[in-house]
Amino acid sequence: MDAFTAIIDALPYILKGTAVTAGIVIGAMVLGLIAGIPMAVGQVYGNRPVRFMVGVYVWFFRGVPVLVLLFLVYFGVFGFIEIKLRSGYGIYINFSPFMAACLVMGMVSAAYQSQIFRGAIQALPQGQLKAASALGMSDSMAIRTIILPQALRIAIPAWSNEFSIVLKDSAVAFVLGTTEIMARTHFVASRTYQHLPLYLLAGVLYFILTWMGVKALLKLEHKVRIPGYSN
Amino acid sequence: MNNNVATVLQITDIHKVLGGKEILRGVSMTVDKGELKILIGPSGGGKSTLLQCINFLLPPDQGRIFLDGSEVHFHKKAELYRYRQQVGMIFQDFNLFDHLNALDNVSIALRKVKKIHKAEAGDRAYHELERVGLSDKTDLYPAELSGGQKQRVSIARALAMDPKVILLDEPTSALDPELIGEVLRVIVDLARSGMTMIMATHQIGYVKSLTNEILFMENGRIIEHGPPEKLLSADADTRCRGFCEMLKDLVREP
Ligand SMILES: Nc1ncnc2c1ncn2[C@@H]1O[C@H](COP(=O)(O)OP(=O)(O)O)[C@@H](O)[C@H]1O
Ligand SMILES: [Mg+2]
Repeated sequence: MDAFTAIIDALPYILKGTAVTAGIVIGAMVLGLIAGIPMAVGQVYGNRPVRFMVGVYVWFFRGVPVLVLLFLVYFGVFGFIEIKLRSGYGIYINFSPFMAACLVMGMVSAAYQSQIFRGAIQALPQGQLKAASALGMSDSMAIRTIILPQALRIAIPAWSNEFSIVLKDSAVAFVLGTTEIMARTHFVASRTYQHLPLYLLAGVLYFILTWMGVKALLKLEHKVRIPGYSN
Repeated sequence: MNNNVATVLQITDIHKVLGGKEILRGVSMTVDKGELKILIGPSGGGKSTLLQCINFLLPPDQGRIFLDGSEVHFHKKAELYRYRQQVGMIFQDFNLFDHLNALDNVSIALRKVKKIHKAEAGDRAYHELERVGLSDKTDLYPAELSGGQKQRVSIARALAMDPKVILLDEPTSALDPELIGEVLRVIVDLARSGMTMIMATHQIGYVKSLTNEILFMENGRIIEHGPPEKLLSADADTRCRGFCEMLKDLVREP
Protein backbone atom coordinates (compact mmCIF):
# COMPACT_ATOMS: atom_id res chain seq x y z
CA MET A 1 0.00 0.00 0.00
CA ASP A 2 1.54 3.30 -1.02
CA ALA A 3 1.13 6.65 0.65
CA PHE A 4 -1.38 7.88 -1.87
CA THR A 5 -3.83 5.01 -1.47
CA ALA A 6 -3.38 5.22 2.29
CA ILE A 7 -4.61 8.79 2.21
CA ILE A 8 -7.47 8.06 -0.18
CA ASP A 9 -8.65 5.12 1.88
CA ALA A 10 -8.47 6.98 5.17
CA LEU A 11 -9.78 10.31 3.95
CA PRO A 12 -13.55 9.79 4.42
CA TYR A 13 -13.01 8.41 7.91
CA ILE A 14 -10.61 11.16 9.00
CA LEU A 15 -12.69 13.91 7.37
CA LYS A 16 -15.58 12.99 9.65
CA GLY A 17 -13.23 13.97 12.47
CA THR A 18 -13.06 17.54 11.19
CA ALA A 19 -16.73 17.99 12.12
CA VAL A 20 -15.95 16.77 15.64
CA THR A 21 -12.89 19.01 15.88
CA ALA A 22 -14.96 21.94 14.62
CA GLY A 23 -17.63 21.09 17.19
CA ILE A 24 -15.14 21.11 20.06
CA VAL A 25 -13.59 24.38 18.91
CA ILE A 26 -16.88 26.18 18.29
CA GLY A 27 -18.25 24.93 21.59
CA ALA A 28 -15.13 26.00 23.45
CA MET A 29 -14.89 29.42 21.77
CA VAL A 30 -18.57 30.17 22.40
CA LEU A 31 -18.34 29.03 26.00
CA GLY A 32 -15.19 31.09 26.41
CA LEU A 33 -16.94 34.11 24.91
CA ILE A 34 -20.03 33.81 27.08
CA ALA A 35 -17.96 33.42 30.23
CA GLY A 36 -15.04 35.63 29.21
CA ILE A 37 -16.97 38.84 28.57
CA PRO A 38 -18.64 39.06 32.01
CA MET A 39 -15.34 38.09 33.61
CA ALA A 40 -13.56 40.92 31.79
CA VAL A 41 -16.27 43.40 32.77
CA GLY A 42 -16.05 42.16 36.36
CA GLN A 43 -12.30 42.53 36.39
CA VAL A 44 -12.40 46.10 35.09
CA TYR A 45 -15.50 47.48 36.77
CA GLY A 46 -16.24 45.02 39.56
CA ASN A 47 -15.63 45.43 43.27
CA ARG A 48 -12.75 43.77 45.10
CA PRO A 49 -14.32 40.33 45.69
CA VAL A 50 -15.37 40.11 42.03
CA ARG A 51 -11.94 41.13 40.79
CA PHE A 52 -10.35 38.66 43.17
CA MET A 53 -12.53 35.77 42.03
CA VAL A 54 -11.89 36.45 38.36
CA GLY A 55 -8.19 36.71 39.12
CA VAL A 56 -8.16 33.32 40.85
CA TYR A 57 -10.07 31.74 37.96
CA VAL A 58 -7.66 33.11 35.40
CA TRP A 59 -4.58 32.02 37.33
CA PHE A 60 -5.97 28.53 37.86
CA PHE A 61 -6.80 27.87 34.23
CA ARG A 62 -3.65 29.49 32.97
CA GLY A 63 -1.57 27.46 35.37
CA VAL A 64 -2.87 23.91 34.90
CA PRO A 65 -2.15 21.92 31.71
CA VAL A 66 -5.12 21.14 29.48
CA LEU A 67 -4.25 17.45 29.64
CA VAL A 68 -4.54 17.43 33.42
CA LEU A 69 -7.85 19.31 33.23
CA LEU A 70 -9.24 16.88 30.66
CA PHE A 71 -8.52 13.88 32.90
CA LEU A 72 -9.65 15.76 35.97
CA VAL A 73 -13.01 16.70 34.46
CA TYR A 74 -13.72 13.55 32.46
CA PHE A 75 -12.59 10.84 34.85
CA GLY A 76 -12.67 12.85 38.05
CA VAL A 77 -15.64 15.21 38.03
CA PHE A 78 -17.85 13.55 35.43
CA GLY A 79 -17.08 10.09 36.76
CA PHE A 80 -17.90 11.20 40.28
CA ILE A 81 -21.23 12.72 39.20
CA GLU A 82 -22.17 9.63 37.17
CA ILE A 83 -21.53 7.31 40.11
CA LYS A 84 -23.38 9.55 42.56
CA LEU A 85 -26.42 9.80 40.31
CA ARG A 86 -26.44 6.08 39.69
CA SER A 87 -26.05 4.95 43.28
CA GLY A 88 -28.04 7.77 44.85
CA TYR A 89 -30.96 8.25 42.46
CA GLY A 90 -30.82 5.37 40.04
CA ILE A 91 -30.20 7.80 37.19
CA TYR A 92 -27.95 6.47 34.47
CA ILE A 93 -26.20 9.12 32.42
CA ASN A 94 -22.98 9.05 30.50
CA PHE A 95 -21.04 12.20 29.85
CA SER A 96 -19.26 11.97 26.53
CA PRO A 97 -15.58 12.75 26.01
CA PHE A 98 -16.79 15.37 23.55
CA MET A 99 -18.62 17.19 26.33
CA ALA A 100 -15.57 17.04 28.58
CA ALA A 101 -13.38 18.42 25.80
CA CYS A 102 -15.79 21.30 25.05
CA LEU A 103 -16.16 22.16 28.71
CA VAL A 104 -12.46 22.04 29.55
CA MET A 105 -11.28 23.88 26.45
CA GLY A 106 -14.10 26.40 26.98
CA MET A 107 -13.15 27.04 30.59
CA VAL A 108 -9.49 27.45 29.70
CA SER A 109 -10.36 29.71 26.79
CA ALA A 110 -12.63 31.78 29.04
CA ALA A 111 -9.57 32.59 31.14
CA TYR A 112 -7.61 33.75 28.10
CA GLN A 113 -10.56 35.45 26.42
CA SER A 114 -11.32 37.39 29.60
CA GLN A 115 -7.84 38.85 29.40
CA ILE A 116 -8.28 39.70 25.72
CA PHE A 117 -11.52 41.57 26.48
CA ARG A 118 -10.09 43.20 29.59
CA GLY A 119 -7.26 44.61 27.52
CA ALA A 120 -9.69 45.82 24.88
CA ILE A 121 -11.92 47.54 27.45
CA GLN A 122 -8.94 49.19 29.09
CA ALA A 123 -7.68 50.38 25.72
CA LEU A 124 -10.78 52.57 25.31
CA PRO A 125 -10.51 56.19 26.40
CA GLN A 126 -11.96 56.75 29.90
CA GLY A 127 -14.07 59.54 28.48
CA GLN A 128 -16.35 57.05 26.72
CA LEU A 129 -17.83 55.82 29.99
CA LYS A 130 -17.88 59.34 31.42
CA ALA A 131 -19.82 60.68 28.47
CA ALA A 132 -22.31 57.81 28.71
CA SER A 133 -22.77 58.36 32.44
CA ALA A 134 -23.19 62.08 31.89
CA LEU A 135 -26.17 61.32 29.64
CA GLY A 136 -27.88 59.42 32.45
CA MET A 137 -26.92 55.91 31.49
CA SER A 138 -26.47 53.34 34.24
CA ASP A 139 -23.11 51.60 34.33
CA SER A 140 -24.52 48.39 32.92
CA MET A 141 -26.27 50.21 30.09
CA ALA A 142 -23.12 52.17 29.27
CA ILE A 143 -21.08 48.98 29.25
CA ARG A 144 -23.57 47.23 26.98
CA THR A 145 -24.22 50.04 24.51
CA ILE A 146 -20.97 52.02 24.50
CA ILE A 147 -18.06 50.02 25.92
CA LEU A 148 -18.58 46.47 24.67
CA PRO A 149 -19.47 47.31 21.05
CA GLN A 150 -16.13 49.08 20.80
CA ALA A 151 -14.11 46.65 22.91
CA LEU A 152 -15.36 43.60 21.01
CA ARG A 153 -14.32 45.17 17.72
CA ILE A 154 -10.84 45.85 19.03
CA ALA A 155 -10.64 42.29 20.37
CA ILE A 156 -11.26 40.50 17.07
CA PRO A 157 -7.58 40.06 16.02
CA ALA A 158 -6.58 38.70 19.43
CA TRP A 159 -9.71 36.55 19.49
CA SER A 160 -8.77 35.13 16.11
CA ASN A 161 -5.38 34.26 17.53
CA GLU A 162 -7.03 32.54 20.49
CA PHE A 163 -9.20 30.61 18.03
CA SER A 164 -6.17 29.24 16.22
CA ILE A 165 -4.62 28.17 19.53
CA VAL A 166 -7.79 26.43 20.72
CA LEU A 167 -8.13 24.68 17.36
CA LYS A 168 -4.69 23.17 17.63
CA ASP A 169 -5.03 22.43 21.35
CA SER A 170 -8.20 20.51 20.56
CA ALA A 171 -6.01 17.68 19.25
CA VAL A 172 -5.22 16.85 22.86
CA ALA A 173 -8.84 15.75 23.29
CA PHE A 174 -7.92 12.53 21.53
CA VAL A 175 -6.59 11.18 24.84
CA LEU A 176 -10.21 10.87 26.02
CA GLY A 177 -11.18 8.98 22.89
CA THR A 178 -13.04 11.85 21.25
CA THR A 179 -13.50 10.97 17.60
CA GLU A 180 -11.83 14.10 16.29
CA ILE A 181 -9.13 14.45 13.62
CA MET A 182 -6.19 13.39 15.75
CA ALA A 183 -7.90 10.37 17.32
CA ARG A 184 -9.06 9.08 13.94
CA THR A 185 -5.66 9.63 12.33
CA HIS A 186 -3.95 7.85 15.19
CA PHE A 187 -6.40 4.96 14.88
CA VAL A 188 -5.80 4.47 11.16
CA ALA A 189 -2.06 5.08 11.29
CA SER A 190 -1.47 2.54 14.01
CA ARG A 191 -3.23 -0.13 11.94
CA THR A 192 -1.83 0.68 8.48
CA TYR A 193 1.63 1.81 9.62
CA GLN A 194 1.32 4.72 7.16
CA HIS A 195 2.31 7.28 9.78
CA LEU A 196 4.01 9.79 7.52
CA PRO A 197 1.24 10.43 4.96
CA LEU A 198 -1.58 10.19 7.46
CA TYR A 199 -0.17 12.60 10.05
CA LEU A 200 0.71 14.93 7.18
CA LEU A 201 -2.92 14.72 6.17
CA ALA A 202 -4.00 15.57 9.72
CA GLY A 203 -1.63 18.51 9.74
CA VAL A 204 -3.06 19.77 6.47
CA LEU A 205 -6.60 19.46 7.78
CA TYR A 206 -5.74 21.51 10.90
CA PHE A 207 -4.04 24.05 8.67
CA ILE A 208 -7.10 24.35 6.43
CA LEU A 209 -9.45 24.73 9.40
CA THR A 210 -7.22 27.39 10.91
CA TRP A 211 -6.99 29.22 7.62
CA MET A 212 -10.76 29.18 7.10
CA GLY A 213 -11.48 30.41 10.63
CA VAL A 214 -8.88 33.16 10.56
CA LYS A 215 -10.10 34.30 7.13
CA ALA A 216 -13.70 34.39 8.34
CA LEU A 217 -12.72 36.42 11.39
CA LEU A 218 -10.71 38.79 9.22
CA LYS A 219 -13.80 39.28 7.12
CA LEU A 220 -15.82 40.00 10.24
CA GLU A 221 -13.19 42.46 11.38
CA HIS A 222 -13.48 44.37 8.11
CA LYS A 223 -17.25 44.20 8.13
CA VAL A 224 -17.63 45.80 11.57
CA ARG A 225 -14.78 48.26 11.18
CA ILE A 226 -15.67 51.79 12.22
CA PRO A 227 -15.45 54.20 9.27
CA GLY A 228 -12.66 56.72 9.43
CA TYR A 229 -10.14 54.49 11.18
CA SER A 230 -7.15 53.60 9.10
CA ASN A 231 -6.37 50.12 7.68
CA MET B 1 -45.37 91.15 40.66
CA ASN B 2 -42.53 88.74 41.01
CA ASN B 3 -39.38 89.60 39.10
CA ASN B 4 -37.31 86.91 40.75
CA VAL B 5 -35.57 84.67 38.29
CA ALA B 6 -35.74 81.03 39.25
CA THR B 7 -32.58 79.42 40.54
CA VAL B 8 -31.81 76.33 38.49
CA LEU B 9 -28.73 75.00 40.17
CA GLN B 10 -27.31 75.65 43.58
CA ILE B 11 -24.17 74.07 44.94
CA THR B 12 -22.90 74.65 48.43
CA ASP B 13 -19.54 74.03 50.01
CA ILE B 14 -18.23 71.31 47.68
CA HIS B 15 -15.08 69.59 48.85
CA LYS B 16 -13.14 66.95 46.98
CA VAL B 17 -9.93 65.11 47.76
CA LEU B 18 -8.10 63.33 44.93
CA GLY B 19 -4.88 61.44 45.40
CA GLY B 20 -4.54 62.67 48.97
CA LYS B 21 -4.75 66.31 47.92
CA GLU B 22 -7.72 68.56 48.56
CA ILE B 23 -8.57 69.70 45.04
CA LEU B 24 -11.82 71.50 45.89
CA ARG B 25 -11.87 73.39 49.15
CA GLY B 26 -15.40 74.60 49.65
CA VAL B 27 -16.96 75.82 46.42
CA SER B 28 -20.43 77.33 46.31
CA MET B 29 -22.43 78.98 43.56
CA THR B 30 -25.94 79.71 42.46
CA VAL B 31 -26.96 79.60 38.83
CA ASP B 32 -30.18 81.25 37.71
CA LYS B 33 -32.26 80.30 34.74
CA GLY B 34 -30.84 81.57 31.46
CA GLU B 35 -27.54 82.54 33.01
CA LEU B 36 -24.08 81.87 31.61
CA LYS B 37 -21.48 81.53 34.34
CA ILE B 38 -17.86 81.69 33.32
CA LEU B 39 -15.31 79.68 35.27
CA ILE B 40 -11.77 80.85 34.77
CA GLY B 41 -8.43 80.39 36.44
CA PRO B 42 -5.02 78.80 36.15
CA SER B 43 -4.65 75.22 35.04
CA GLY B 44 -4.87 72.80 37.95
CA GLY B 45 -7.12 75.15 39.89
CA GLY B 46 -9.93 72.59 40.02
CA LYS B 47 -12.31 73.73 37.26
CA SER B 48 -12.66 70.30 35.65
CA THR B 49 -12.94 68.63 39.04
CA LEU B 50 -15.70 71.05 40.03
CA LEU B 51 -17.69 70.49 36.84
CA GLN B 52 -17.38 66.73 37.25
CA CYS B 53 -18.48 66.99 40.87
CA ILE B 54 -21.56 68.94 39.79
CA ASN B 55 -22.89 65.95 37.84
CA PHE B 56 -21.28 63.43 40.20
CA LEU B 57 -18.91 61.92 37.65
CA LEU B 58 -16.69 62.53 40.65
CA PRO B 59 -18.77 62.25 43.81
CA PRO B 60 -18.04 65.19 46.11
CA ASP B 61 -16.73 64.31 49.57
CA GLN B 62 -18.81 67.02 51.12
CA GLY B 63 -21.32 69.63 50.01
CA ARG B 64 -24.84 69.70 48.63
CA ILE B 65 -26.31 70.22 45.20
CA PHE B 66 -29.84 71.40 44.45
CA LEU B 67 -31.60 71.30 41.10
CA ASP B 68 -34.72 73.43 40.87
CA GLY B 69 -34.69 73.76 44.63
CA SER B 70 -34.61 70.08 45.53
CA GLU B 71 -31.50 68.40 46.79
CA VAL B 72 -29.91 65.70 44.68
CA HIS B 73 -29.28 62.46 46.55
CA PHE B 74 -26.62 60.93 44.38
CA HIS B 75 -26.41 57.71 46.37
CA LYS B 76 -29.82 56.78 45.02
CA LYS B 77 -29.03 55.45 41.56
CA ALA B 78 -32.38 56.22 39.95
CA GLU B 79 -32.30 59.76 41.22
CA LEU B 80 -28.71 60.21 40.06
CA TYR B 81 -29.52 58.99 36.53
CA ARG B 82 -32.58 61.24 36.35
CA TYR B 83 -30.49 64.21 37.51
CA ARG B 84 -27.76 63.57 34.96
CA GLN B 85 -30.32 63.55 32.15
CA GLN B 86 -31.10 67.13 33.12
CA VAL B 87 -27.49 68.28 33.35
CA GLY B 88 -25.64 68.28 30.03
CA MET B 89 -21.88 67.89 29.92
CA ILE B 90 -19.47 69.04 27.23
CA PHE B 91 -15.93 67.72 27.54
CA GLN B 92 -12.69 69.28 26.43
CA ASP B 93 -11.88 66.27 24.24
CA PHE B 94 -15.47 65.73 23.00
CA ASN B 95 -15.83 62.10 24.07
CA LEU B 96 -18.09 61.23 21.17
CA PHE B 97 -18.95 57.54 20.99
CA ASP B 98 -16.45 56.38 18.41
CA HIS B 99 -18.50 53.47 17.06
CA LEU B 100 -21.59 55.56 16.28
CA ASN B 101 -22.19 58.06 13.51
CA ALA B 102 -23.14 61.63 14.35
CA LEU B 103 -26.87 60.93 14.29
CA ASP B 104 -26.60 57.88 16.57
CA ASN B 105 -24.27 59.74 18.91
CA VAL B 106 -27.06 62.23 19.45
CA SER B 107 -29.94 59.76 19.46
CA ILE B 108 -28.55 56.88 21.51
CA ALA B 109 -29.37 58.35 24.91
CA LEU B 110 -32.82 59.35 23.68
CA ARG B 111 -33.44 55.73 22.74
CA LYS B 112 -31.71 53.93 25.58
CA VAL B 113 -32.21 56.34 28.46
CA LYS B 114 -35.41 58.16 27.56
CA LYS B 115 -36.84 55.11 25.76
CA ILE B 116 -37.97 57.22 22.83
CA HIS B 117 -38.88 55.29 19.70
CA LYS B 118 -36.07 55.00 17.15
CA ALA B 119 -37.69 57.07 14.39
CA GLU B 120 -38.71 59.85 16.72
CA ALA B 121 -35.28 59.89 18.39
CA GLY B 122 -33.69 60.09 14.94
CA ASP B 123 -35.86 63.06 14.02
CA ARG B 124 -34.96 64.83 17.21
CA ALA B 125 -31.26 64.08 16.71
CA TYR B 126 -31.40 65.42 13.17
CA HIS B 127 -33.05 68.59 14.41
CA GLU B 128 -30.30 69.13 17.00
CA LEU B 129 -27.56 68.49 14.45
CA GLU B 130 -29.24 71.01 12.18
CA ARG B 131 -29.22 73.49 15.04
CA VAL B 132 -25.41 73.21 15.34
CA GLY B 133 -25.00 73.39 11.56
CA LEU B 134 -24.25 69.75 10.86
CA SER B 135 -27.35 68.51 9.06
CA ASP B 136 -25.14 67.32 6.19
CA LYS B 137 -22.83 65.30 8.45
CA THR B 138 -25.30 62.99 10.16
CA ASP B 139 -23.87 59.81 8.61
CA LEU B 140 -20.25 60.53 9.40
CA TYR B 141 -18.38 58.84 12.23
CA PRO B 142 -16.31 60.76 14.79
CA ALA B 143 -13.06 59.75 13.09
CA GLU B 144 -14.37 61.40 9.91
CA LEU B 145 -15.14 64.75 11.57
CA SER B 146 -12.93 67.72 12.39
CA GLY B 147 -12.46 68.73 16.01
CA GLY B 148 -14.88 71.60 15.69
CA GLN B 149 -17.50 69.35 14.14
CA LYS B 150 -16.99 66.76 16.87
CA GLN B 151 -17.52 69.34 19.56
CA ARG B 152 -20.68 70.57 17.83
CA VAL B 153 -22.01 67.00 17.68
CA SER B 154 -21.33 66.70 21.40
CA ILE B 155 -23.27 69.91 21.99
CA ALA B 156 -26.15 68.53 19.93
CA ARG B 157 -25.96 65.32 21.97
CA ALA B 158 -26.33 67.32 25.17
CA LEU B 159 -29.12 69.50 23.79
CA ALA B 160 -31.19 66.52 22.67
CA MET B 161 -31.71 65.56 26.32
CA ASP B 162 -33.46 68.91 27.01
CA PRO B 163 -31.10 69.72 29.85
CA LYS B 164 -31.90 72.36 32.43
CA VAL B 165 -28.26 73.34 32.59
CA ILE B 166 -25.18 72.52 30.52
CA LEU B 167 -21.68 72.25 31.95
CA LEU B 168 -18.90 73.02 29.48
CA ASP B 169 -15.33 72.12 30.37
CA GLU B 170 -13.02 74.18 28.16
CA PRO B 171 -15.00 73.24 25.05
CA THR B 172 -12.56 74.90 22.66
CA SER B 173 -9.15 74.29 24.18
CA ALA B 174 -8.49 71.05 22.29
CA LEU B 175 -9.27 72.75 18.97
CA ASP B 176 -7.06 74.21 16.30
CA PRO B 177 -7.37 78.00 16.38
CA GLU B 178 -9.32 78.19 13.11
CA LEU B 179 -11.97 75.83 14.48
CA ILE B 180 -12.63 77.67 17.73
CA GLY B 181 -14.95 80.17 16.12
CA GLU B 182 -17.51 77.69 14.82
CA VAL B 183 -17.90 76.13 18.27
CA LEU B 184 -18.01 79.44 20.12
CA ARG B 185 -20.70 80.69 17.72
CA VAL B 186 -22.90 77.74 18.69
CA ILE B 187 -22.31 78.42 22.37
CA VAL B 188 -23.06 82.12 21.94
CA ASP B 189 -26.30 81.24 20.14
CA LEU B 190 -27.24 78.96 23.01
CA ALA B 191 -26.56 81.67 25.55
CA ARG B 192 -28.67 84.15 23.57
CA SER B 193 -31.52 81.66 23.35
CA GLY B 194 -31.58 81.45 27.13
CA MET B 195 -29.78 78.19 27.87
CA THR B 196 -28.43 77.99 31.39
CA MET B 197 -24.72 77.17 31.32
CA ILE B 198 -21.56 76.97 33.39
CA MET B 199 -18.49 77.17 31.19
CA ALA B 200 -14.85 76.80 32.06
CA THR B 201 -12.96 78.64 29.35
CA HIS B 202 -10.01 80.81 28.52
CA GLN B 203 -11.75 82.43 25.51
CA ILE B 204 -13.00 85.16 27.77
CA GLY B 205 -13.19 87.79 25.03
CA TYR B 206 -15.97 86.08 23.09
CA VAL B 207 -18.31 85.48 25.98
CA LYS B 208 -17.64 88.50 28.17
CA SER B 209 -20.69 90.29 26.85
CA LEU B 210 -22.95 87.31 27.52
CA THR B 211 -22.11 86.58 31.12
CA ASN B 212 -23.16 88.43 34.20
CA GLU B 213 -20.76 86.65 36.49
CA ILE B 214 -17.21 85.44 36.17
CA LEU B 215 -15.91 83.04 38.81
CA PHE B 216 -12.16 83.06 39.21
CA MET B 217 -10.92 79.79 40.58
CA GLU B 218 -7.53 79.03 42.06
CA ASN B 219 -6.28 76.27 44.37
CA GLY B 220 -9.72 74.75 44.73
CA ARG B 221 -11.53 77.91 45.72
CA ILE B 222 -13.49 80.65 43.99
CA ILE B 223 -11.35 83.56 45.08
CA GLU B 224 -13.05 86.27 43.05
CA HIS B 225 -16.42 86.59 41.45
CA GLY B 226 -18.46 89.33 39.90
CA PRO B 227 -19.65 90.85 36.63
CA PRO B 228 -16.98 91.15 33.91
CA GLU B 229 -17.05 94.94 33.98
CA LYS B 230 -16.09 94.80 37.64
CA LEU B 231 -13.44 92.08 37.47
CA LEU B 232 -11.91 93.03 34.13
CA SER B 233 -12.19 96.81 33.93
CA ALA B 234 -8.96 98.65 33.22
CA ASP B 235 -8.64 99.91 36.78
CA ALA B 236 -9.68 96.71 38.50
CA ASP B 237 -7.02 95.39 40.80
CA THR B 238 -8.02 91.75 40.61
CA ARG B 239 -6.22 88.43 40.19
CA CYS B 240 -8.73 87.70 37.48
CA ARG B 241 -7.75 90.70 35.42
CA GLY B 242 -4.06 89.93 35.82
CA PHE B 243 -4.69 86.39 34.65
CA CYS B 244 -6.72 87.50 31.63
CA GLU B 245 -4.09 90.06 30.66
CA MET B 246 -1.49 87.31 30.79
CA LEU B 247 -3.65 85.10 28.55
CA LYS B 248 -4.05 87.93 26.07
CA ASP B 249 -0.29 88.45 25.97
CA LEU B 250 0.23 84.75 25.36
CA VAL B 251 -2.22 84.76 22.48
CA ARG B 252 -0.73 87.84 20.92
CA GLU B 253 2.71 86.33 20.73
CA PRO B 254 3.60 85.08 17.25
N1 LIG C 1 -7.75 61.61 39.61
C1 LIG C 1 -6.91 62.50 40.17
N2 LIG C 1 -6.06 62.12 41.14
C2 LIG C 1 -5.23 63.00 41.71
N3 LIG C 1 -5.18 64.31 41.40
C3 LIG C 1 -6.01 64.75 40.45
C4 LIG C 1 -6.92 63.88 39.78
N4 LIG C 1 -7.61 64.60 38.88
C5 LIG C 1 -7.16 65.85 38.98
N5 LIG C 1 -6.20 65.95 39.91
C6 LIG C 1 -5.47 67.17 40.32
O1 LIG C 1 -6.43 68.11 40.67
C7 LIG C 1 -5.99 69.42 40.36
C8 LIG C 1 -7.10 70.16 39.65
O2 LIG C 1 -7.29 69.60 38.40
P1 LIG C 1 -8.42 70.10 37.41
O3 LIG C 1 -9.73 70.03 38.11
O4 LIG C 1 -8.26 69.32 36.17
O5 LIG C 1 -8.03 71.61 37.20
P2 LIG C 1 -8.35 72.56 35.98
O6 LIG C 1 -9.49 71.96 35.21
O7 LIG C 1 -8.71 73.87 36.62
O8 LIG C 1 -7.12 72.68 35.17
C9 LIG C 1 -4.74 69.25 39.54
O9 LIG C 1 -3.65 69.57 40.37
C10 LIG C 1 -4.72 67.79 39.18
O10 LIG C 1 -3.42 67.31 39.13
MG1 LIG D 1 -9.53 71.35 33.21
